[in-house]
Amino acid sequence: MGLDFSVVPGFLDTILLGGLWTIAVTVASALLSFFGGILLAVIALYAPLVIRLPFRFFAWLFMGTPLLLQLFLIYFGLVELGIDLPAFVAGVIGLGLHFAVYSSELIQTAIVAVDKGQMEAARTLGLSRGQSLRRIVIPQAVRDVIPPIGNNMIALLKDSALVSVIGVSELTLSSQLAIGRTYRPFEFYATAAVRYYFINLGMEAVLRRIERKTALSR
Amino acid sequence: MSDPHKFLEIRHAQKAYGQLEVLKDISMTVDRGEIVAIIGPSGSGKSTLLRAINDLDPLTSGEVILDGVQVNKDLPHRQYEKHINQMRQQVGMVFQHFNLFPHLSVRDNVTLAPKMLKGISDAEADKLAEQQLAHVGMSERIDYYPSQLSGGQKQRVAIARALAMNPKLMLFDEATSALDPELVEDVNLVMKRLAEEDMTMVIVTHEMDFAASVCDRVLFMDGGVVVEEGPPDVIFKNPTQERTRAFLSKHLSNVQK
Repeated sequence: MGLDFSVVPGFLDTILLGGLWTIAVTVASALLSFFGGILLAVIALYAPLVIRLPFRFFAWLFMGTPLLLQLFLIYFGLVELGIDLPAFVAGVIGLGLHFAVYSSELIQTAIVAVDKGQMEAARTLGLSRGQSLRRIVIPQAVRDVIPPIGNNMIALLKDSALVSVIGVSELTLSSQLAIGRTYRPFEFYATAAVRYYFINLGMEAVLRRIERKTALSR
Repeated sequence: MSDPHKFLEIRHAQKAYGQLEVLKDISMTVDRGEIVAIIGPSGSGKSTLLRAINDLDPLTSGEVILDGVQVNKDLPHRQYEKHINQMRQQVGMVFQHFNLFPHLSVRDNVTLAPKMLKGISDAEADKLAEQQLAHVGMSERIDYYPSQLSGGQKQRVAIARALAMNPKLMLFDEATSALDPELVEDVNLVMKRLAEEDMTMVIVTHEMDFAASVCDRVLFMDGGVVVEEGPPDVIFKNPTQERTRAFLSKHLSNVQK
């Protein structure tokens, strides 16, 4: 029996909705990981030891254990502590924090690499250390890490498939639902792959735009 | 109390990095409106002394007093930060490598600090930027980014940025050393105009011509001490110290001897 893609259009709603959920999970997690990454980088570089140490442990936890396990822990584990998060929220927190740790490493390196003269010039004008970091040093560091962070975001998009295991009916899970009804795994998984590919293209286009926009400011 | 005529006073400035003494008990004064050049070989401590004035390189011991207020006060960390930020708003500084903010337009480079620290409105900030940039002949570049400017243009914007805070003292740390020779004159002209406007300036420089033509007084430093000081005519034409003569013989070749 050959492949039959004619079953796919019947599930157009499911397919579109799944794609939208994947985009929603990815965008929300990307934002969390970006701002979380900046915050973690600043803590790692400038916070006193009593704050820095627990965060270092947290970073180690998120880098050293599987994302799948982290999602289980946040979604199923926290219920025992009375924290019952919706699957979408649990998924975004898991993905977002996981990638925040990776982004934070990149941003730390970039902050340290910003020319010392920048901080000096800002302090000389009378800006405080915090103001100088916020307005002068961190914006330049963030600008410098856009390309590698972009790569992380594409990894994030692909890893967003993992939130299917805690019941977010994103692209992968919605494909599985359709397969359950039609027994056509190839057709629906192939369709899913194509959709990931196009979302990927969209993300790359956005990244290129941002890179072009910041080109002058180097 | 400090003599009311002494606008800037440095008392017994000493700076050491471990065993290495960079400044050895330097005392000097600058009057209001006076233009003082600090010259000397590399490593003589002249930049360190300049950077001690706004406490960018804190002294190991000694006092810097600006307009009757001690700059490097011994205060608890938080109070000190507040105090030094206040003091630095009154002291403009221009660096050898410009240190413009590359992620901000020329306009925003000039207005960032006044907006953040003086709470001026966007309209006032725009006016301030236009005014300050006109002053240094950079009006047409107001919406450019630093990466689109030549070195001389960058330095003129950096001067406008410092002046936008309306400082009562300007420090120049080898402001023209990193410039191509043909661009030096533009920056020197801006500094000369500032001098005519009675800005108080302390200028670390390698350019003896400029020091001779603009400054009221020249300090020659070597090995962490002020070897000799006086009016440019005396220092450049009749120095009394052997070390000054030796230094000038190497650096004055292109000036009136």
